[in-house]
Amino acid sequence: MDVKDTNKLVFPGQVHETSDGGILVTKLDDVINWARANSLWPLVFGTSCCAIEMMSAADARHDWSRFGFEVARATPRQADLIIVAGTIVMKMAPVLKRLYDQMPDPKYVIAMGACTISGGPFFYNTYSVVKGVDHVIPVDVYIPGCPPRPEALLHALITLQEKIKHETYFKKKDDKK
Amino acid sequence: MSNLLGDPIVTEEGEFVINVGPQHPSTHGVLHLKIWLDGETIKKVQPHLGYIHRSIEKMSESLSYRNFIFATSRMDYLSAHINNQACALAVEKGLQIEATPRAQIIRILMAELTRLSSHQLWWGCTGLDLGAVTPFFYAFREREAIMDIMEETCGARLTQNYMVPGGVMYDIHPNFQHRVKDVMKQVKKYLHEYDELLTGNVIFENRTKGVGYLSKEDAISYGCTGPTARASGVSCDIRKWNPYDGYEKVQFEEILGTSGDCYGRYMVRMAEMKQSIHIIEQLIDNIPEGDFQAKTKNVLKLPKGEFYQRVETARGELGVYIVSDGAASPYRIKYRSPNFSNLSALEHMALGSKIGDLVAIMSTIDLVIPDVDR
Amino acid sequence: MNNDELKEAITALLPTVTFDETGEFLNALIGSEDLLPLMKALRSQTELHFDYLFCLTCVDWKDHLMMVYHLLSKDHKHTVVVKAKITDTKNPEIEAVTGIWKTANFHEREVYDLFGVKFKNHPDMRRILLDEDWPGYPLRKNYVDENMISL
Repeated sequence: MDVKDTNKLVFPGQVHETSDGGILVTKLDDVINWARANSLWPLVFGTSCCAIEMMSAADARHDWSRFGFEVARATPRQADLIIVAGTIVMKMAPVLKRLYDQMPDPKYVIAMGACTISGGPFFYNTYSVVKGVDHVIPVDVYIPGCPPRPEALLHALITLQEKIKHETYFKKKDDKK
Repeated sequence: MSNLLGDPIVTEEGEFVINVGPQHPSTHGVLHLKIWLDGETIKKVQPHLGYIHRSIEKMSESLSYRNFIFATSRMDYLSAHINNQACALAVEKGLQIEATPRAQIIRILMAELTRLSSHQLWWGCTGLDLGAVTPFFYAFREREAIMDIMEETCGARLTQNYMVPGGVMYDIHPNFQHRVKDVMKQVKKYLHEYDELLTGNVIFENRTKGVGYLSKEDAISYGCTGPTARASGVSCDIRKWNPYDGYEKVQFEEILGTSGDCYGRYMVRMAEMKQSIHIIEQLIDNIPEGDFQAKTKNVLKLPKGEFYQRVETARGELGVYIVSDGAASPYRIKYRSPNFSNLSALEHMALGSKIGDLVAIMSTIDLVIPDVDR
Repeated sequence: MNNDELKEAITALLPTVTFDETGEFLNALIGSEDLLPLMKALRSQTELHFDYLFCLTCVDWKDHLMMVYHLLSKDHKHTVVVKAKITDTKNPEIEAVTGIWKTANFHEREVYDLFGVKFKNHPDMRRILLDEDWPGYPLRKNYVDENMISL
């Protein structure tokens, strides 16, 4: 049968489009997402009070290393997650952007605390605070609180893992991020 | 030779200029140091501040006298109760009232619990900076127990907003007294582990003995306070010099050292932990009955004038200077923070030592950078 | 020394000083040009020996600026507050006391950064908390910033 004629064939039943590539690639997607979600390495980045609650989430009682976050890297070149814990001010914003640019893809951002969502308690009558870290870098998960409990941070990490598990690696050309 | 921003990377004398921070695991916050190196020896240290300058002083000029206290919890967040106590005392000085006796004892208990938990976190982070990971987990074990007590009474673990002008915001929880006694038993039982892990360790002693010497005259001239200055022999504990809130009736010793190096500062803080436990044990069974807050008006207005209150935080002397012109908001507030002055002595202490010594010096000065920048 | 003896000693050093004892500490009000000789004498004279400068700040009173220095003596345990009035608000200038107390280095840089007061003979007169090219001096009462959101 000539290859050109397959377009005119009528298939029985219904045809459902899968995300580019069909069943082999969705299984590969699952494996890739499972591997990425379960071993996110955060960058050691904390500017103020939320950093202490982040350290509490790393201690023996709350223990984020159960979820794969144990190896906190000091350099952005080896990290895939940046947890922005603490207020960002105008002098620090270019530094944060530079750190984010130095991280290799795929990278994720968690905005921890009220200061990173919208400026927090420092919203009114301050001249130097950036009112929300999403003015500087794109954010995946926001955690409210001042400071949020370590359990809230663990909830956010699990939410991020769920978000990653729904990603697709093989995309149609017009769907690119 | 210079980089794209025009900063020199190699000077004419052949010294390297490198950056430590702002993002660095051992700067305890966002501190940017430019160090001039000859090989590995430090020739000059230039701190660059302002990466967490949140304009707290300007913001406080538009808040009322009850509201501005919350921002000080976020300045030196490891001594949050003590910072709030300083602000409440300064406003009480202006209103010429005193906190009730019950509130004063509750304030001292909360302040000493805060000091103890702050020193525990300092000890864990000192170990972490110098390469030992285990002390970090041991320190947080006791600190979590203390934060549970705070949470039950004050509602928050870290930035409690519990002290108000006139007393405290709510009464203590009925469980407070026996939980504190349990935690004191636990801390006393495990405090010897701290000594076993770090104090007698030969690597730790080699890294801290003789490093970062600060003489007594220099400590006074640089304005250093707290354990940083007490290890050099300067007697500066505000709880003894200008007692407040009933500290004059409490028995405790001011710990002074003589060596002035990193090891001396370390030993002063370890001894201060034991003094805090001693203060808590004296007071926990003797909380007087009565009101937890003195009666004040809803809208507080301070008379025209200036009011200065000094307290002893875990890191040194905090001064709250309120200038009032009779309105319902302060005209000018200045926070004389201990870390700002302690940091100015860093260059003096670090000249001539190696980069590894710089880390040891920074961790024993016990810096909290949001307190430097306010 | 108690307050009266301090008043006598300071008046002997600078006859134009006025005193204000309404607050907690003894306040000595001087003009900004008389600052440095008085401070040197307060530090060096053995009966006064104010070796600890524990607060250095500035207050903006709209028509003048007031520099405030809180001094304490560790040996004699007395405290005095020296206030120097700067009348020129367009280009305020005063002598630096960094040579006398080393803690003044950082504090004076902070006052320059937030109020715009220039300190003569300061070893390192740069901004400390804000960017080098920040427009204006934020803690002045006439500071206008369109990024600041007010209630």
